[in-house]
Amino acid sequence: MNSFGFEIQKDNTIEYDKNDLSLAAFVLKHEPSLYNCIQCGSCSGSCPASAISSYQFRKMQLLMRRGEIKNLREDVAHCLLCGKCILVCPRGVNTRNVIRQIRIALNMN
Amino acid sequence: MISEGKKTLWNDYQKEIADDNYFYARSCIRQNFFPGAEKTFLKILKEELKKDVYDDPRHTTCTGIAYHSDVVSLETTMTVVARQFALMTERGYRNFVPSCITSFGIYTEIMELWEHHPEIEDKIRHLLFKATGREFKVPANLAHSSDIIYKYRNEIAGMSKFKLINKNTGAPLRVVEHIGCHYARMFPHKGIGGAEYPCVLSGLAETFGAEVIDYPERRACCGFGFRQYVIQANRGYSISCSKRKFESMAPYKPDLIITNCPGCPYFLDSWQYVISEMEGKTYGQKGQGIPVLTFEELSGLMMGYNPWDIGLQMHQIPVEPLLDKIGVEYQQDDKYCDAQGRTFGKPVIPEMIKIC
Amino acid sequence: MRALKKEVVIIGGGPAGLEAADSLNKLGHAVTILEKEERPGGKLSNWHKLFPDNVSADGILKQMIQKISGDIHLITNAKIRKISHEGKKYSVWFNEGQCIQAEAVLVAVGFDLFNASLKEEYGYGIYDNVITSAELESMFVNQKSLVTATGKTPGRVAFIHCVGSRDEKAGFRHCSSMCCVTGVKQAIEIKKRLPGTDVMMFYMDLRMHGRFYEDLYLEAQEKHHIQFIRGRLSESSENPDSSLLLKADDTLAGSPIKVRADMMVLLLGFVPTDFHKKMGEEFGVEIGSDGFFSPCDSHLDTNSAKTTGIFVAGACTGAKSLEYTLADARSASLKIHEFLLRSPSSNILN
Repeated sequence: MNSFGFEIQKDNTIEYDKNDLSLAAFVLKHEPSLYNCIQCGSCSGSCPASAISSYQFRKMQLLMRRGEIKNLREDVAHCLLCGKCILVCPRGVNTRNVIRQIRIALNMN
Repeated sequence: MISEGKKTLWNDYQKEIADDNYFYARSCIRQNFFPGAEKTFLKILKEELKKDVYDDPRHTTCTGIAYHSDVVSLETTMTVVARQFALMTERGYRNFVPSCITSFGIYTEIMELWEHHPEIEDKIRHLLFKATGREFKVPANLAHSSDIIYKYRNEIAGMSKFKLINKNTGAPLRVVEHIGCHYARMFPHKGIGGAEYPCVLSGLAETFGAEVIDYPERRACCGFGFRQYVIQANRGYSISCSKRKFESMAPYKPDLIITNCPGCPYFLDSWQYVISEMEGKTYGQKGQGIPVLTFEELSGLMMGYNPWDIGLQMHQIPVEPLLDKIGVEYQQDDKYCDAQGRTFGKPVIPEMIKIC
Repeated sequence: MRALKKEVVIIGGGPAGLEAADSLNKLGHAVTILEKEERPGGKLSNWHKLFPDNVSADGILKQMIQKISGDIHLITNAKIRKISHEGKKYSVWFNEGQCIQAEAVLVAVGFDLFNASLKEEYGYGIYDNVITSAELESMFVNQKSLVTATGKTPGRVAFIHCVGSRDEKAGFRHCSSMCCVTGVKQAIEIKKRLPGTDVMMFYMDLRMHGRFYEDLYLEAQEKHHIQFIRGRLSESSENPDSSLLLKADDTLAGSPIKVRADMMVLLLGFVPTDFHKKMGEEFGVEIGSDGFFSPCDSHLDTNSAKTTGIFVAGACTGAKSLEYTLADARSASLKIHEFLLRSPSSNILN
């Protein structure tokens, strides 16, 4: 292939209908309380890992549900499983089990 | 698609276009990209429609590219524009017709600005007079050259030798249109059909018998973006935008792309070749590209003008498959000959994209 | 105290007009309702079930219409031409030279729905599978099955919030406040009818402000797995199979998103009617910056217009739920009653 001194850029758009939603389906099946998330960000706001890394529980689960899963393995690896997020969640989402289910789905356990 | 719905909407976006006596302002880049387009416009207007058009050799760039690339200031741009208006005024014309969409946008914006801020207009009058001794009148009517062709589309189609119909199957050719961004986005009421569903090109193509396809990325910019193209390292921006459009239109199997802007046909044409070389991907049928024509080239072709006289050999994506579908006869041997019959050199045959 | 019997004209036979007529009648006044349509009921006639508790709109409307009796006189197909007054008497002219005289006029003309074709980039009236919230509600009312233009069950329906609301370019800065809950209610109704259909909501803020509205939101997520994408629809276009391609910014994901949908439902905002302007221009009733009527006092007297003898009630002073519209109508009735009592021409029989 020829080089012209510039690159064709990757499209950042979330192509929802082309993405793989099976991982999200697995997690939601095993932890349906995640359906109740209202994206308030209480989880990430109180998360010790979010303070020192790019990991945010809120954003991670949202991207997963859009099928954007390429950084998921790295993201969940940041979680300290401290459980503060489950304590602050106003909707009662079992955030720790969400992390656990993602780890199971990604064969991280 | 509910075509009646579009027609209802179009009623809200009809603009006034002068009948005759046009002062023509050429584009600064089109003469290099597709040199036959403007010549064809003038020929159709003068020889076929018998209109009075003045093509002033003294006129310059409107500075649009430099302005949008932050190289010149708005004040400079306005003064240059004022000079174009002065040339028009000196020749006794009041109807200004730019060939370029960016110029059309520049002229429209400046006229609007002056209307709301007469003090700025006064200042520019002063600056122009100080620099050149010239004075001017603001055009009574401003229309893009594609507006003029649209206005006379029925007359042109009436004189045409061809239609946008596949001569072998009798089916209408499938056309996608691409309108230059600065045609109607800033002022939807200055565009025929508005900004979301413009009919300046679709109306023309339908008059020639084509089926116009509305594809999801139709409204998207071709990616020219001025500074994004001017700097080589930034061209990835430009090509990525065009690629997004090709990916979106390809499933509709278009026979032709038509445009009304100087940059768009150049990029939509050339980037197909570059994408094929960079990624091995092509968007037309049988590994070919999708031919791209300007509205003037299309009109000239329909009128029966020799495709090599109107500059179609300057297109990166060969037009021959399109000519064959329409039934236009052409001499392959003359493709790279000038008016005197001298060969001016043939391009290298591309590796990836099929040329016929 | 025995009631005085005064004449009141109510312009508009929707929920506010009907409820006020009943209250005023119970307070002893004679009421004439002038309704522009063939039947009373206003927008409620095209409503299936009421949020948040799924009560039948038709049942409620029937109860309201049953109250039209005794000294409540209903005139339908009445097109208001002019209102004039001489001293304390108001004359409401309608149709061809017909006139009713009254001592007070209650304006209860409600609202219009935003004209969706003004949001050109959404393709209403141009793309095959774009419908409005009112059209969807009408499908529910008429027991029509929800199918695409080609007669197929939609695999995915996308609801678009704020169409004609919070949109200065479309002419309306205000939040219509009722569309969020309407959308969620309608989305749940679709899921109940078509459990296999994917439903998505494109919203900017979810304003579930009323009592139990938040419960509906939770039900939508928990039971029906309706997805909420925070981002206003930027534009839609039609795919080759006449489904739609939606482009928005998924603001909480921080990326643009493209979603295919078989149908799109536009949640139309509440906008002032033509009558608002007419009342403003011809009769001096004050209009707010949003185009709706402005009452005398925005806190202490929300039902009297600044023009003496003219009262306002219901959604004509801004978007309201049915619950608040009816409460407002009763409140206006009391204001009118007080006004008529104070009126020096009152002939109070003790």
